[in-house]
Formats: sequence, C-alpha cells, structure tokens
Amino acid sequence: MFDYLTYVREGNFPHIWCSGCGHGIVLKSFIRAIDKLGIHRDEAVMVSGIGCSSRTAGYVDINTLHTTHGRAIAFATGVKFANPKLHVIVVTGDGDATAIGGNHYIHAARRNIDLTVLIYNNYIYGMTGGQVSPTTPRGARASTSPFGNIEPPFNISGLASAAGASFVARGDVYHAQKLEKLITQAIQKKGFSVVEVLSPCPTAYGRRNRMASPVTLMEWLRDNCIPVKKYEKMSEEERSGKIRTGVLIDIEKPEFTEEYRKLVDSMQVRG
Amino acid sequence: MKADPQNVLTGAHYLDGNYAIAEGAIAAGCKFFAGYPITPSTEIAERVSRRFPLIGGIFVQMEDELASMAAILGASWGGKKSMSCTSGPGFSLMMENFGLGIMLETPCVLVNVQRGGPSTGLPTLPGQADMMQARWGSHGDYEVIALAPDSPQEGFELTIHAFNLSEKYRMPVLLMTDECVGHMTEKVIIPPPEEIELIERRYTDKKPGEAWPYQENELISPMLPVGEGYKFHITGLTHDYRGYPVINAEAQAENVDRLMAKVKENVDDLTWLEEKDVEDAEVVVVSYGISSRVVQPAIAKAREEGIKVGQIKMVTVWPFPEKRIRELAGKVKALIMVEMNYGQVYLEMDRCAAGRCETYICGHAGGTVHDPGSVYSTIKDAVK
Ligand SMILES: Cc1ncc(C[n+]2csc(CCOP(=O)(O)OP(=O)(O)O)c2C)c(N)n1
Ligand code: SF4
Repeated sequence: MFDYLTYVREGNFPHIWCSGCGHGIVLKSFIRAIDKLGIHRDEAVMVSGIGCSSRTAGYVDINTLHTTHGRAIAFATGVKFANPKLHVIVVTGDGDATAIGGNHYIHAARRNIDLTVLIYNNYIYGMTGGQVSPTTPRGARASTSPFGNIEPPFNISGLASAAGASFVARGDVYHAQKLEKLITQAIQKKGFSVVEVLSPCPTAYGRRNRMASPVTLMEWLRDNCIPVKKYEKMSEEERSGKIRTGVLIDIEKPEFTEEYRKLVDSMQVRG
Repeated sequence: MKADPQNVLTGAHYLDGNYAIAEGAIAAGCKFFAGYPITPSTEIAERVSRRFPLIGGIFVQMEDELASMAAILGASWGGKKSMSCTSGPGFSLMMENFGLGIMLETPCVLVNVQRGGPSTGLPTLPGQADMMQARWGSHGDYEVIALAPDSPQEGFELTIHAFNLSEKYRMPVLLMTDECVGHMTEKVIIPPPEEIELIERRYTDKKPGEAWPYQENELISPMLPVGEGYKFHITGLTHDYRGYPVINAEAQAENVDRLMAKVKENVDDLTWLEEKDVEDAEVVVVSYGISSRVVQPAIAKAREEGIKVGQIKMVTVWPFPEKRIRELAGKVKALIMVEMNYGQVYLEMDRCAAGRCETYICGHAGGTVHDPGSVYSTIKDAVK
C-alpha cells in the first residue's frame, strides 16, 4: 500500500473538503506523481490561490505558499525566478485561474515560464457556495444563475494552448491512474504546463444539477471523459457532449527564466 | 553589511528622482523587480530593465499591477530583495497583495510616484493625495512604514533605507514620492559601497523540522528559505506561529496585534524628522517630500519679518510622529501642514494636536507644487 501519510500534514486534518469532493483525489494523484518522480520534497514548492482547490496547499508536507484569489501564478513567477531550480507547482480552481486570475494565466502561458499548473475544474465556485464560474456549462444552475447559465463557458485547456503553453493536458478524478501520469509529465516538462483536472463538486454544483450523489458525478466522468486517441476516431455526432482527455499539447519552445538567464550571461560576456 | 561594489555607481551624477530610486534599489542589493508601466513612475522600471541584466538582477514587466505586487512577494520568499514601482491607479490595484505582504510578513519595497487623482487624474503632474491610501489602502487593521524623499539625492538614500527597514521589520515598506521629485534632475552623490550600510535578511538558525515561519512569542521572526528543506506553510488567512490557518477571534487578535506591534513598539526607531528653528518657534510648518522644499522661501520670508516660524520635515510619514507633534502642540501657537492634497496627513496632525494649539492645512488638489505665497499667507493667518 502506498503510504500517503508521509506526504501529508496529518495535524491539519480533518480537511475542509466535503465528502464526495474530487479535490482529495487530485491531492493523492499529485503525491503519487512526486513520489514516482523521486523529487526530493525540498525541490518542490506549491503555490496556491483561494478556493476549495487552493486549500490543497495546507495538506501537502512540502513547502507551500497560500496566496490571494487569482494571484498564485503571478506569485509563483517570483518564486520561480528567484529559484529556477525548484519545481514550482501552482494549485488553483477554475474561478481562481480563469476568472479573477485569467490574465496571469494567459500571460504566464505566453511567456512559457516553467510552472506546473494544476487546475481543479469543478464548473463552479465551490468555496463561496456555488456561484456561476467561467467554466459552468450553458444551462447549468448555480446560485447566481438560478434559471440556468446563459453564458458560454471557457475551454481552460484551449485557453492555455492558444496562449502559448508548451504542455497542456486534461484529466479527471475518475481516471486517477491516468491523472497521476499526466501530472508526472507536466512536472517533468520544462515550460508552462497545465493539467486541467475535472474534479466534481457534489455540494455546490451536483446538488443544483441533478447530480447530487458523488457516485453519479463519478459515473458521469467515467462515461464522458474520452482519451484523445479514441476521441479522434469518433464521428462528430459521437463526440457531442464528450470531453477529450489526455495530453493535448506537448511542444518544445524557449522557456522564460532560461531565456532571461541567457540574456544575463550574454551581458557578462560583453562586460 | 556593506553594499556590494558591483551594484554601486559611486560618484557624482545628474539623475532625476526616478533614476536615483532605481540606483538606490540596486545599491541596496535588490535583485528582483516586477512592474507595469505607468506615468510618472516608468523611468524606474526602464532604468532597472537596463541595469539589472548587468548585475544578475531579474526584471519582469508583468501583465498588470496585481501581478507585479504578487510577483515581488513570491521573489522575496524565494530569497531575493524585491521591489515594484507604480503610481495612483496601479497603487490601487496593488492594495490587496500589499496586504498579503503585511500578513505574510514579506520584506519588499513599493514605490509610489504620486500624481494627481482620483482615477486617471493627472498622469503627468504631481500630487500627494495617496498618503491616506498608503496608510489604509488595503483592508483590515495593520500598520505601515512610509518614507517621503524631497529630492533625487533623498530618493537614492531613502530607497536604501526602505530596503533596510523592510528587512529589519520583515514587512513591505512604501516609498511615497511624487511626479515632481521623480522628474527633477539634480546632482546625486552616490557614496562608495563601503559607506552604504545594508541590513541583510535574517534567516532562521534552526534546522528544518524545528523552525516555523513565525516563532512563538517573537515579535519579528527570522525568515525561512524556500526550497531548502523547511517544508513550511504560509497563508494570507489568519494563522498561528506555525503558519497554519486558525479561524477564530483569539488567533485573529494574536496575529493582528503582533503585526501592528512590530511598528507601534518601534515608532521611535522609525521616526525620522528634520527640524529647523523649532525651539523658539510660535508656528511650525510641517510637511514632507517635495512640499518640504517648497515651503522654505515662505518660512524665510516670514522669519525676515520677525515671525518665529520653525519647520519640520517628515522623512518618515507613517508611522506618524505622534509623540513629537503632541509635545509641540503644547508649546506652539499653531501647526501648519503643507501637502499636495486637501489635508490627509493633516488629519493625523490635528488629531495629535488635540486642541492644544491651532492647526492649519495649506493644501490643494495637486497638479503643481505649492505657490510659496499660499504657505506665507497661512503663516500670517496663524500668527494673527
Ligand atoms: C479578491 C477576492 N474576491 C473574491 C473572493 C471570494 N472567493 C473565495 S474562493 C472563490 C471562488 C473559488 O472558486 P474556484 O477557484 O473555482 O475554486 P473551488 O472553490 O471551486 O475549488 C471566491 C470568489 C476572494 N477570496 N478574494
Ligand atoms: S464545496 Fe465543492 S469543491 Fe468545495 S469542498 Fe465541497 S465539494 Fe469540494
């Protein structure tokens, strides 16, 4: 049995998450990933924003910095530049990363700074009790879209890809083994890497959208998350309502802190 | 510790206030700058972007001021002395994370080259109307340290002082200058590195596993380095000495009281006043930054006429020099505050005077420095 306890701050339990929340599965997948990578725990630093997802930082026994709503990526930019050798992992939610922090998200992707960003996408603002988020599907109910959401949602992964990220993957907490692999790959990648994790929120999202039971939400993930390869072979009709998961983008491009270091080096040579 | 010779452009230069601030930061050992362009502060970022690569410093132009403030906090925890500069609108955007800096107890320096406000106001003209925002701009109860340079020379010196205070008190420090100082070019003497005294960051001497980000019963704790085995947690939530969130009234009182005590218990150390002719004065003109230069001809004229006028220049504006103002209020006929706003720091002076002398505000909406004539008339009113 994998010993998770060596990687968590047991003293901070019980955690704040509701039963049936997907966030704990992301935490466990992350722990298995850093264990597998053999990253010495001193080499990984976690920076998080505000939200249920961001509270992950309080539970992992590595160096963890819990900041303000939306600003984790910006804060992490400073941490990474100060210590380019560190693996800097940002933990954030769909609201944290793409609403209030959306600007930092796209600009960090554009710069291709070496951060690993885990976005727990639960289609809702969980921490504040279920308000509509930039990823809430059309028609879904939230406490601030009581008649069904009329706004189209963001595609979180698509946003990072378009903005210039060098690694973008989408996973879900039902397929936890695969999620661990995606997180592992993302951490290994030198460059801005994103793993969008579909992580259900039974309390704030499920209850309002006829999926109150965590089991129903998990079954929904099981039935609708389709690996990229399979997805590509599906017809337009079959794809309807399905979500592509797996590695979506994996390209090589210059990394920001490395480029800056080169600039500094060239100045020293010129004197 | 002394400044690193590679960071110090020793000699006499003609620099504007903004460039002088950039040189002060570099001399202080600042190695991370994140900012977003805004008039009239941009020259600081421009100078830093040119100078930093030469000395191994990191300059990043961020996507906005929210990001800039967050990034300098991150870099500070990462072990670099860090800073940002901005002006009114950007200062407003930075306020939330300025509060995070206070809460996490993060050394860094934030420069506000003040222009006229509110809103976009007067981008190219001076003001001093962000002084109360500097004091109270982020939410919650806290204390701040704010310095105000009156010249490029002081811009250089006070930037170093700001870095030193930020390390000593483990908190963000504000340098509140203005467009006039920022864009005026004057002689700036940069001393040799061995004459520049720097306060370096205090790190824990405890081993990983034994150290917390805030030590129990310590007013100002040494910091923990990121990524060196100290698996610590820090949060903007109310927390205990271990850095873990504790959400109740007792923890709140303990946390906030200590943050405030860091400044309140050290007001004497932080207070920096320059006084002239105050001993026999019946009227004292109090001011800061550029205004403390503009008042001088008015004071000279009044003294020529036999009016006993003294001057106090506040180099440190926050914490407010409460003790000295209370003392003076018991001795003088009147205290006059001269500032480029309608009486922000004046309110604090008036509160401390507590009715024991007359108080006057000589202020205006900004856009230009005072006409010394208006200061002279206020002095005349005060001695009537
Ligand atoms: C500046 C600011 N605005 C609003 C909030 C309130 N707030 C806290 S968490 C949150 C939403 C979190 O949603 P998300 O990022 O999707 O994470 P989740 O809780 O769903 O995991 C909001 C709006 C805040 N803390 N700070
Ligand atoms: S509110 Fe939703 S996201 Fe937050 S802990 Fe509960 S289930 Fe998880």
